[in-house]
Amino acid sequence: MTRVLGYRLFQALLVALTVGVLTFIMIRALPGDMAYRIAAGRYGYDMVNTDAANAVRTELGLDQGGTTALGQWFSDLVRFDLGVSVVSGEAVIDEVRHQLGHTVELALAAVLLSLLIGPPLGILAGLRPGGVIDRGLLLVSSTLRALPHFVVGLLLIIVLATGMGVLPAAGHGEPQNLILPALTLALGLAAVSSRVARDAMAGVAGSPYYAFGRTKGLSDAQVLRRHGLRNVSVPIVTYLGVQFIYLIEGVVVVETLFAWPGIGHALVHAIFARDVPVIQGTALVMGLMFVLLNALVDLACYLIDPRRQAA
Amino acid sequence: MMTATMSSAITASEPKRLPVGRIVGFTVLALVVLFAFLTPLVWPVDPTKQSLRNVLAAPSWSEPLGYDHLGRSMLARLAAALRLSLGLAFLSVLTAAVPGALLGILAAWKGGIVDRALSVLGDVFLALPGLLLVLMLTAIAPDSPWALYVGISLVLWIEYFRLTRATTRTLITSPAVQASRLLGFGPAYIIRRHLWPEIAPMILTVAAFGAATAIMAIAALGFVSVGVRPPTPELGLMMTELLPYYEEAPHALLQPIIAVFLLVLSLNLIAGRKAQ
Repeated sequence: MTRVLGYRLFQALLVALTVGVLTFIMIRALPGDMAYRIAAGRYGYDMVNTDAANAVRTELGLDQGGTTALGQWFSDLVRFDLGVSVVSGEAVIDEVRHQLGHTVELALAAVLLSLLIGPPLGILAGLRPGGVIDRGLLLVSSTLRALPHFVVGLLLIIVLATGMGVLPAAGHGEPQNLILPALTLALGLAAVSSRVARDAMAGVAGSPYYAFGRTKGLSDAQVLRRHGLRNVSVPIVTYLGVQFIYLIEGVVVVETLFAWPGIGHALVHAIFARDVPVIQGTALVMGLMFVLLNALVDLACYLIDPRRQAA
Repeated sequence: MMTATMSSAITASEPKRLPVGRIVGFTVLALVVLFAFLTPLVWPVDPTKQSLRNVLAAPSWSEPLGYDHLGRSMLARLAAALRLSLGLAFLSVLTAAVPGALLGILAAWKGGIVDRALSVLGDVFLALPGLLLVLMLTAIAPDSPWALYVGISLVLWIEYFRLTRATTRTLITSPAVQASRLLGFGPAYIIRRHLWPEIAPMILTVAAFGAATAIMAIAALGFVSVGVRPPTPELGLMMTELLPYYEEAPHALLQPIIAVFLLVLSLNLIAGRKAQ
């Protein structure tokens, strides 16, 4: 167990290193004079002149050499000092903390919703492989898996928001604003988790111990509860780890689509504005979130499956 | 004659039919590729040429897919966008597969420090979710498809690396490979004769999935306006551009959606169900 968690810690370090190096290259490789870009981001494109650019240059120390800058960069990063947004002038860490709350809210809602949709349907399908539910589910999940998140989101907006007008297409603050983005992510997640659950359930239902449970007189519901669910849940939870990639990537696109004020939305806008400190901060936090979620999945598998504790 | 009967005898003894899903997948993909590459030959219209009289016009005999919000031919734009997606996806899959597979074999073959160093390199790229890496690379070199290409290749190679490494590790200790090595055959022979036949079918699955990932990533970045810039036709970007005109011209918005759907579906079908 400590070995697995040690690996996750190593992974977290790698995330910080990769993000740090990439953003450093980014700040050096940006075309044009950075001082002018930042000044344009602050004061608007019409208000930029040499004085404003020079003021920005001295304020942010943009004229220092490459190695000094890299050293500075990493010493800041190690102390988790993410700097100040060059556009809004606020500390990146505060902005990110604020946005992270919204993203976590969305991601949690999506995962919970996907767990409500996916595995129950998958278990139903796996209990009778080849049946109507199984075939229908295969069709639906193949369709959903062939659609990128933003297309699912678009279709949901068109049907539920502009077509039927039952839900708001975008916005934030009201509980119903959460439904569409969370449902978009959840459908994508459920498309895969239902198949994993279906395969696991079909495997368990065909196993000798399951047949024995039935033979010794347990009812369908009892044998499912006593022998089925725990065995099925290990692959589902393990697969959740793989799905977090989808979740993190989805957050970037879906937040942008629904104008959800989270980290993904902030990242995309920081890329537009060339706001490198914010790009670094948001990418770093998303990468670390990904590692943390995987560590939690490792822990959950360890708790569900006692065989791993013996090993 | 002799070889013909032998090969037919072999196929008869172990019937090796392609699964239906795969056949459907290949057919759909072939049709999409044909559409993308034949359209400019049959229908040579510039995808950026505007005719403002026809803004958002519905499909007609003279323009089978209608016009977009700037009066550009949807047929020409859709075909151009598909060529971009297909070309980029094909290139990145190729660039990822060859070094990925070779490094995987190298890591398993040499073991020790080479193996560990290459595995750490793989972990570096696995640490960040793929789209995040591509997104950051597009921020380094904005407005160029090259950033997309490099980013997607960097994300995809790891899968080949891990796969070939795992397969080679078990194969290399097998009696057959041991015998070949004792007989003095070099690495090239062993790779061609023992490793490649085992790895090749898996590569197809990974490649199909990789291509699907690449197409989705290109479209997703185009959709959030970070990838390719207008007026270049790109599937995701077309959706963003056409979304505001959904009420007037739903057919225009649906075309890129259907294109992405068919592409990814066909690639998923080719990949098969095993590697979900």
